[in-house]
Amino acid sequence: MSPAVSDFVIPVAKIAAVILYPMVMVVVMIWLERRVVALIQGRLGPNRVGFQGILQPVADAVKLFFKEDIIPRQADKLLFNLAPILVMFSSLLAFCFVPLGEPLRIGSYTLTLWIAESPVGLLIVLGLSSISVFGVIFGGWASNSKYPLMGALRSVVQVLSYEIPTGLTVLSVVFFARSMDMVEIVRRQEAAHIWYGFMLPVSFVVFWISAVAETNRAPFDLPEAESELVAGYHTEYSGMKFAYFYMAEYTHMVLASSLVVILFFGGWLPPFPGVKFLAFLHAVPGFVWYLIKIMFFLYLYVWIRATFPRYRFDSLIKLVWKWLIPLSLINLLAVVAVRYLL
Amino acid sequence: MAFKDIELNMGPQHPSTHGVLRLKLTVDNEVVLKVEPVIGYLHRGMEKLWENLTYTQIVPLTDRLDYLAALSNNLAFALTVEKLAGIEVPKRGRYIRIVLAELQRLASHLAWAGFMANDIGAMSVLLYGFEAREDILDVFEEYIGARLTVHGIRIGGVPRDLDEALVSRIRGVLSGIPRRLKDIRALLDENRIWKQRTVGIGLISAAEALDFGLTGPALRASGVNWDLRKSIPYSSYDEMDFDVPLGSRGDVYDRYLVRMAEIEQSIRIVNQALDKLPPGEFMAKVPRVLKIAPGQVFQTIEAPKGVLGFTIKSNGTDKPERVKMKSPSFINLQSLEHMCRGNLFSDVVGILGSMDIVLGEIDK
Repeated sequence: MSPAVSDFVIPVAKIAAVILYPMVMVVVMIWLERRVVALIQGRLGPNRVGFQGILQPVADAVKLFFKEDIIPRQADKLLFNLAPILVMFSSLLAFCFVPLGEPLRIGSYTLTLWIAESPVGLLIVLGLSSISVFGVIFGGWASNSKYPLMGALRSVVQVLSYEIPTGLTVLSVVFFARSMDMVEIVRRQEAAHIWYGFMLPVSFVVFWISAVAETNRAPFDLPEAESELVAGYHTEYSGMKFAYFYMAEYTHMVLASSLVVILFFGGWLPPFPGVKFLAFLHAVPGFVWYLIKIMFFLYLYVWIRATFPRYRFDSLIKLVWKWLIPLSLINLLAVVAVRYLL
Repeated sequence: MAFKDIELNMGPQHPSTHGVLRLKLTVDNEVVLKVEPVIGYLHRGMEKLWENLTYTQIVPLTDRLDYLAALSNNLAFALTVEKLAGIEVPKRGRYIRIVLAELQRLASHLAWAGFMANDIGAMSVLLYGFEAREDILDVFEEYIGARLTVHGIRIGGVPRDLDEALVSRIRGVLSGIPRRLKDIRALLDENRIWKQRTVGIGLISAAEALDFGLTGPALRASGVNWDLRKSIPYSSYDEMDFDVPLGSRGDVYDRYLVRMAEIEQSIRIVNQALDKLPPGEFMAKVPRVLKIAPGQVFQTIEAPKGVLGFTIKSNGTDKPERVKMKSPSFINLQSLEHMCRGNLFSDVVGILGSMDIVLGEIDK
């Protein structure tokens, strides 16, 4: 392969893919969420635009493009405009480190399905997802309005509290894999012939709860609790800026599901690696397995949303400080002890 | 950041103030210190308007008071006029009224369950409640042609008879409700989050509830056995066999349970009324121009929201001299501040939802 292709065309294509892939997932997710929630509730949901309404999010996006962009007079213009960018940027950037599948061999060239493989990839992704909190704070604060401010305050407390169990459970995986490199973590699960989700069930459950809370999704959607805070931190936003917040929420969901799949369910690995007569599962490309797995968790997000009432703020904080953090600490100690003995 | 003694305006454009209620909240961070309801955004001058209309013209306007329970308003007004004019409603008419009024209570309670659950964030329950309510509205549509502002009870009786087809349809609708009720209760009753949000929230003791003049399911949730259908029976309710569900603590969860139990009791009452439906006339002879000799009466009924009463003063013409309405939502709203004080801001929507207010009735 000529150097021009391998050094220029492929990286550019990969960068485009990293931006496009979450966007496509967002479109699919918005549609899926509305349809699935509708079906759970005995409605039909959007089914007019395109096949089964699949183009509804596109139609919504077009509508939002033509909406008037309102900046409240008393708002802090700089931060008000910065907030949606920050939220969107941080979640998109994190996808650079997410391995989507096994490296593909094209002749002598190996095409990796990730942009960057870093020994501290996991740390960077967690850091980037925390940066989006700043977007939420800025958005709520700069709006100079009471409901967004309350939403932003709630969001800060919530996301910062739930970072702790997330970090602790990620640590337990890191101890097992002895690596913070996400590609390496998947490889270790391949070598161990077992996914960490089955080895570390407590870590998985705590991580999943925290992931739902960190993405501000029901039943932890307090920062934007519609029945209390109207629309929470993005009440004052309209048009495409609102769409940024909206898309960022879904991008975060995709990212969180990807992390769950990579850390606990073997990323792109096919299921049942040891079973002989299921060997044909290996013929399916890794990327497809990865997609199936994250779709399962994305569906879980929607299912949970349609089922549970919303937590109240104090019980939400009690849940994390009284249950999840002690639980993940004990879990971490146990994991370290087991790992040391092995 | 100081977020102390801040005034927070909630409504009249807010997703969970159930119409155009405005609440001026004083909060200390998220703790509510003061709640001041500001009403009147939907004021249409109903009571004054009625002084210029004949008695029969007033009945359809009462639909617009508690628009989720139009038939209860019709019934209360018709009963008051009948008492004033000394009109005796035939037994079949009284039974059909019970059927209609209890179906209306079902519709109102089912809508309430959906709204309240939605306020607390359980979005699916809203649709389950409305799905069940929809069938009842279809029955109203078949009976009289309208769904929301029904105008299905007239002075002297009811406008139409219940024929066999409609009776069997009502029975079919009733048999479908328990299944949906089960869905709702499965999602909420023992749900930890739901209980955290409702148990011990918005407490009001029996004595306090009586002092505030609270009526309806909210009063019974505090443990006071006061249901006008039993206490001061009207319109043949004394011939029905049903229980009055009571709560004990008087919190949001009890108000939820009481209404859920009332739905079951209402189904029981409708089935009984349909079983015992007596033959005969369903409408009394009422003169075309109803002139009532000077006098004044007060009549109350147990509406879905609480005790609904009308005072009518007549002056010998076909129009009333004065009509005064005692609306349950208006009186129940008084106790909101008492229930909310010291609770968190998030609970205000839940408490408000548990009171089941309708602004059409508050603002008149």
